[in-house]
Amino acid sequence: MLNINNLHAGVEGKQILKGLNLQINPGEVHAIMGPNGAGKSTLSHVLSGKSGYEITQGSVSYQGRDLLDMEPEDRAREGVFLAFQYPVEIPGVSNIYLLKAALNAIRKHHGLNEVDAMDFLALVKDKVKLLQMDEKFLYRAVNEGFSGGEKKRNEILQAAVLEPKLCILDETDSGLDIDALKIVADGVNSLRSQDRSFLMITHYQRLLDYIKPDFVHVLADGKIVKSGGPELALELEAKGYSWVEGQAA
Amino acid sequence: MSSSAEKIEDLIGQEYKQGFVTELETETFEPGLDEDVIRRLSKIKNEPEFMLEYRLKAFRHWQKMAEPDWAQLNIDPIDYQAISYYSAPKKKEDKPQSLDEVDPELLETYKKLGIPLDEQERLAGVAVDAVFDSVSVATTFKGKLKEAGVIFCPISEALNDYPELVQQYLGTVVPTGDNFFAALNAAVFTDGSFVYIPKGVRCPMELSTYFRINAANTGQFERTLIIADEDSHVSYLEGCTAPMRDENQLHAAVVELVAMDNAEIKYSTVQNWYPGDKDGVGGIYNFVTKRAECRGVNSKVSWTQVETGSAITWKYPSCVLLGDNSIGEFYSVALTNNFQQADTGTKMIHVGKNTSSNIVSKGISAGKAQNTYRGLVKVAKSADNARNYTQCDSLLVGDACGAHTFPYVEVKQPSAQVEHEATTSKISEDQLFFCQQRGLSAEDAVSMIVNGFCKDVFKELPMEFAVEAQALLGISLEGSVG
Repeated sequence: MLNINNLHAGVEGKQILKGLNLQINPGEVHAIMGPNGAGKSTLSHVLSGKSGYEITQGSVSYQGRDLLDMEPEDRAREGVFLAFQYPVEIPGVSNIYLLKAALNAIRKHHGLNEVDAMDFLALVKDKVKLLQMDEKFLYRAVNEGFSGGEKKRNEILQAAVLEPKLCILDETDSGLDIDALKIVADGVNSLRSQDRSFLMITHYQRLLDYIKPDFVHVLADGKIVKSGGPELALELEAKGYSWVEGQAA
Repeated sequence: MSSSAEKIEDLIGQEYKQGFVTELETETFEPGLDEDVIRRLSKIKNEPEFMLEYRLKAFRHWQKMAEPDWAQLNIDPIDYQAISYYSAPKKKEDKPQSLDEVDPELLETYKKLGIPLDEQERLAGVAVDAVFDSVSVATTFKGKLKEAGVIFCPISEALNDYPELVQQYLGTVVPTGDNFFAALNAAVFTDGSFVYIPKGVRCPMELSTYFRINAANTGQFERTLIIADEDSHVSYLEGCTAPMRDENQLHAAVVELVAMDNAEIKYSTVQNWYPGDKDGVGGIYNFVTKRAECRGVNSKVSWTQVETGSAITWKYPSCVLLGDNSIGEFYSVALTNNFQQADTGTKMIHVGKNTSSNIVSKGISAGKAQNTYRGLVKVAKSADNARNYTQCDSLLVGDACGAHTFPYVEVKQPSAQVEHEATTSKISEDQLFFCQQRGLSAEDAVSMIVNGFCKDVFKELPMEFAVEAQALLGISLEGSVG
C-alpha cells in the first residue's frame, strides 16, 4: 500500500529526514516512535502534502502511484488521512457541515453521487455513538472551544466518517488523560480492518497498550534505526531513547 | 509544492457572470447636466409640476456643494458633465401596458440574469419591479398586490397615479440637500420603486426590484420610497448587476423608508454591480444614501445587505429611531476582492425612549482590496434606556488586503447602554491545509470558511436570496487560492 524509499526531506535548507525506508501493507498497524526532533511530524506532513517541505531524494509510492506528486486534497480523496497533532479551529463552520462537504468531495472524486441528507445524518449519528460523543458536537463549530481530548476524538470521528485507507495518527495520544485515551483508542481499534492500514506516530509507549501495533519502528535522526514487534516498544520504554540514539550515531 | 499563500492569491478573481451587454435601441440624452436637462427629464416622464420644482431646487443646492472626501477610499475624479443622465430602451408607444408588450430582448436579459418576468415563469411569491438603466420596464404581480391594497410600482408611475402620496413623503427622510450624492440624485433620479403598505396589511409576498445598468456612459440614479403605514409589514429586496466596461460608471441611489406605529420593514440587498477587472479597471461606483425613519411607536426597520460587487461601495443604510420602543437593525456582509474598495456601515440615531439597535457587520477582504466599516451610534438626550449592540468582524484572505473599523459613538443620555465588539482574523494556512487534508479543494475551503463567517448575516436574508448570496460569495472569491 505504502512504500517509502530512501526519503530525504527538509525544511528551509535543514535536512530532517535522511534516508527513511518503510513499507506498509494493507491491514497493518505500524508504530513509529522516536525522540523529539527525530523527524516524526515531518514524516506525517510530507506524506499528507503540507507545503513548505523540500523533498531532496527518494520516493513514496501509494497504491502504485507517486504520492509526492499528488495535491494534498487528492491524497485525501485517495484515502490518506492525517489525524492532526494540533487540530485547527474553524469558527462559523459546523462539524457536520465539514464532514458532509468532505465526504461529498471524496465521493465525487470516485464518481459517486452526493450522499442524501437523511442517509448522511444516520451515518454520522452512528459514528458519533461509536466515539461516545454527544450529538451536540456535530452542530458546534469545528474544534472551536473543544478541550484537547474532544479535538482528538473529533479527528477520529472524521476518520470514521471518511473511511480512509491509510490513517496517519500524529501524536494522537498527546494531551489526553487516560479516560480520553481509552475512548480514542477504542475508536481507532473499531476502524481496524483487513484493508485499512495505520501509521501511528508517538513519543510514548502508553498508546501502544491500547492500540496493538503489528510493527514498531524507532526513528532517530531522520532514519529508522530499529524495527521489530510490539516488544520493541517495551524495550525502548525500559532503556530510553539514548539506547537507540547511540546505535544511530 | 506551491505555498498556500500563493494559492490564496490565485483563488480570487473569477469572471463576472452578469457582464454581458444587451443590444437595444435606446433613447439616450447627450452627456451633460444643466437645468435644461432636468426640465427635459421631467417632461419626458410627464411629471407633476411640484416634481420639477423639487428637482431644480436640489440641482441648485448641489451646484453649491463639494464632493465629500472623508471616506477611506481612493476615487478617480468624476466628470459629472461626461455622464448621460437618461437612457431608456425605445418603446413603440408610451409604455408597455402588459408584459406581453415588453421588448423580448429585455425579457431575455432578465431571464439570463435569473429573473424571469414572463407570466408563466415568474418567481412564485416574489413580485419583481425590473429597472433597466433609467426606467422601470416591468412590474409583476401588480394586480394581486392591489387586491391587498398594496401599491408597488415604478416611482415614475406613482408620481402620476398617486402624486399626493409621493409628495407627502418624498425627501422627508433624506432631504434634497442631505449630502452631495443625495442632492444629485434628487435632481436627476429617473426611476426606482414605490411601495405603500396600508394600515393593518401584511404584504402577501416579497417585493423586489432588480436594477440593471446596461448603457455605456450613463449613470443610474434610482429612487426608492417605501412607506409602511400603521400595523403593516413588508419585506423588500433589491438586486443589482451591470455589464463589464472599462470606464467607471456612477450609481447614486437614494432609498427612503418610513415605518409608522407598529409597522415593520425588512429591506434586503444583494449588490453585485460589476466590480472592475482584476487590475482594477472599470467597475461601478456605488454611492448610495439609504435611510429609514422609525416614526411610530414599536416600529422596526431591518437592513440586510450583501455587498460583493462594485469597484467602490460607499453607503451607510441608517435608522432614525424616533418612535418609542422602535428597533433598528443592520446586518451586513461586504466582500472586496482585487482592487475593490468598500467604506460601508450604518448610523443608528436613537431619539425615542427604549429604542434599541443591533449591528452585525462582516467585512471580508481578499486580493489588494480595502474594506472599511464605519458606523455611528448616536443616543439623544431624549432616548431614555436606549440600547445598542454592535459586532464588527473582519476576515482577511491573503496578506495584501486591508480591513479598517471606525466606530463612532455619541451618547447624551446616561441610561443608555452601548456595546461594541470587534474582531479581525485571517484564513490561516493551517485551516486551509486541514480542509484539503479532508478532501476539499482550497477554493471550496475558502468558500466554506467565508460562508461560516457570514452565517449570522445570511440567516437574516429571505431563503432564496440566502442561497444566491452564498453562491455569489463563492464566485467572488474564486481565484483567491488555487
